[in-house]
Amino acid sequence: MENRILLTHGSGGKLAHELVEKSFVKALANPLLAKLDDSAVFDLSGKLAFTTDSHVVSPIFYPGGDIGKLAVCGTVNDLAMSGAKPLYLSLAFIIEEGLLQDELDKIVNSIQKATKEAEVEIVTGDTKVVNRGSADKLFINTAGVGIIPQGVNISGSNARPGDKVILSGTIGEHGIAVLSQRQGLSFSTQLESDLAPLGSLVADMLAVSHNIHCLRDPTRGGLATILNELAEQSKVSIRINEEKIPVREEVLAACEMLGLDPLYIANEGKLVAIVPALDATKVLKAMRGNHYGKSAAVIGEVRAENPGRVIMKTSLGTSRIIDMLVGDPLPRIC
Amino acid sequence: MRFITEFRRPELAEGLISQIHHKSKTAVRLMEFCGGHTVTIFRYGIRQALPKTLEMVSGPGCPVCVTANADLDKAIALSQIPDVIITTFGDMLKVPGSYSSLQEAKASGADVRVVYSTMDALKIAEENPDKSVVFLGIGFETTAPTIAASILMAQDKGIQNYHVLSLHKLCPPAIRAILDCGEVRLQGLICPGHVSVIIGSHPWESVARDYNIPCVISGFEPLDILQCISMLVAQVEKGESRVEIAYRRGVHPEGNREALKIMEQVFEPCPAQWRGMGEIPGSGLKLRGKYRHFDAELVFSIVPEPACEPEGCICGDILRGVKTPTDCLLFGKVCTPEHPVGPCMVSSEGSCSAYYLYGGSFGE
Repeated sequence: MENRILLTHGSGGKLAHELVEKSFVKALANPLLAKLDDSAVFDLSGKLAFTTDSHVVSPIFYPGGDIGKLAVCGTVNDLAMSGAKPLYLSLAFIIEEGLLQDELDKIVNSIQKATKEAEVEIVTGDTKVVNRGSADKLFINTAGVGIIPQGVNISGSNARPGDKVILSGTIGEHGIAVLSQRQGLSFSTQLESDLAPLGSLVADMLAVSHNIHCLRDPTRGGLATILNELAEQSKVSIRINEEKIPVREEVLAACEMLGLDPLYIANEGKLVAIVPALDATKVLKAMRGNHYGKSAAVIGEVRAENPGRVIMKTSLGTSRIIDMLVGDPLPRIC
Repeated sequence: MRFITEFRRPELAEGLISQIHHKSKTAVRLMEFCGGHTVTIFRYGIRQALPKTLEMVSGPGCPVCVTANADLDKAIALSQIPDVIITTFGDMLKVPGSYSSLQEAKASGADVRVVYSTMDALKIAEENPDKSVVFLGIGFETTAPTIAASILMAQDKGIQNYHVLSLHKLCPPAIRAILDCGEVRLQGLICPGHVSVIIGSHPWESVARDYNIPCVISGFEPLDILQCISMLVAQVEKGESRVEIAYRRGVHPEGNREALKIMEQVFEPCPAQWRGMGEIPGSGLKLRGKYRHFDAELVFSIVPEPACEPEGCICGDILRGVKTPTDCLLFGKVCTPEHPVGPCMVSSEGSCSAYYLYGGSFGE
């Protein structure tokens, strides 16, 4: 019979200890975690960034990623978007009883790989098991801390008129890859999620300029939503050019089929940077030199008029307002 | 061939736009019937690019929007019956009926599941033999054949617990109703693309002839729409009224014969209630007698409270093309995509949602 996670695995007793030792500590080995004290204790100095994120993606495995890698990258990227170098993460599981041990191992393995690539350590964790039906297979929460280098001041409210808007690559792959695996919607596509830790990309960018004004990763709600957030927070308008936004033909095709707009589709390995015009060229060059920024492009600029608005010049030369995502993007009927 | 970027090429669009400007002399009003067309027109700011002689109005071609409150109330009432699983396309979830929405019913414990195809609904029926599964048959000629197919398959497999609430609508009778009532004077029709993939171009012939109006079937990319407008303008200027297809890669004059055959086999036309337009004869589809045991309305006796419309909502007028969303006092204030009052704000193909999301024109 296949091994499954049981309610007793979350009880704090022997089975629970076994699970922690065998499944987690071994795979994620590092001295801080191995102590198994109530808290991870470490020294840090400087300006810190601290963030948390819960992950409830369904299905838990999809082309190009899984919930484990997502839980690491999500928090790493949130730290990186503050300009911080991500260092330590916590990892908490809420497991629905009956989850296959093999599936859990696969996810822990992918967490291990992701932490290695992102150069972060899991230093503390928690496991709960809930009754069947109380969770959807597996939920993961991660929190993380990182250090912000001196002289770096990145915030959503720092965009200034004249700044350039740079996008690190093609949009929409993550959302479409996940949708393609949803029950009842399975369609075949070569697309994989763009899921990636962006710490190294941000480090490369900061190496050439400490004047980056805003960084944000266009996750849920897509590019359109985060541009609106930035325009609102900074009280500026953002003008973007549709033709400059890189989108793969497969994403366009899937979006057409489903009646969705790539601008609103989630990404997990992309970022938007708003930088002073003077620094734009060198930041763009640094981005293109990193694996995760190869197809980076300047997609627009910041203006003073119509604060809070995002306006796009369409490929026909006309212009329209881009609003935030409302509700869930739903496939159309006809 | 690339089927998307190829139909969005800016240099070709520019050519078509200048062609339209060059040809258009007479002031005319054109209606795009289909909500999908409305979305393309707004997404690409096509209205801004057209000459002043052309006025575009949006039609009732959004299946969610035209579903009458009384019919929505029926669906919600069905969801309240114990051991009934409602399966529906996602768009329907948020649409407010007279008193509640399916989303609210779901949150209060009703078993409402979003599916992406009728076959998924059928599968749910197979997996839950002790429950009744009702599929909400909302849509035009585009979705009706897939629902007919699911009924035939249920029949084949002997699945007894699958039922359909057939609220299907047919497009040509609705267009005739709009032209008959004469509230909006139209000089050209952008005929629906996906619907015509199924029904072909022939059903539009009599519309063009009877009402002396140019009819051109369009696809959903910006170049399709511009090509279609250009063809309509050409007909207008020559005083012609013919049916043309600007969507050859999808539409065959005969339509999809297989699809039409199963639709005909399972359904027969019936009168249907349209939001804003009332009852239109022959504009709905009901299950033929042979398949009555699949008909949710006959199997379950539901008597919902009398339907009522939200105060101040002018979705009905908007669907007839008589008013635009900005004429509505609720638009953008009380009624937003987050808190929709009327269905045109809910559906991704609804006019109000397109106006709200894409902001109408926003010239440089």
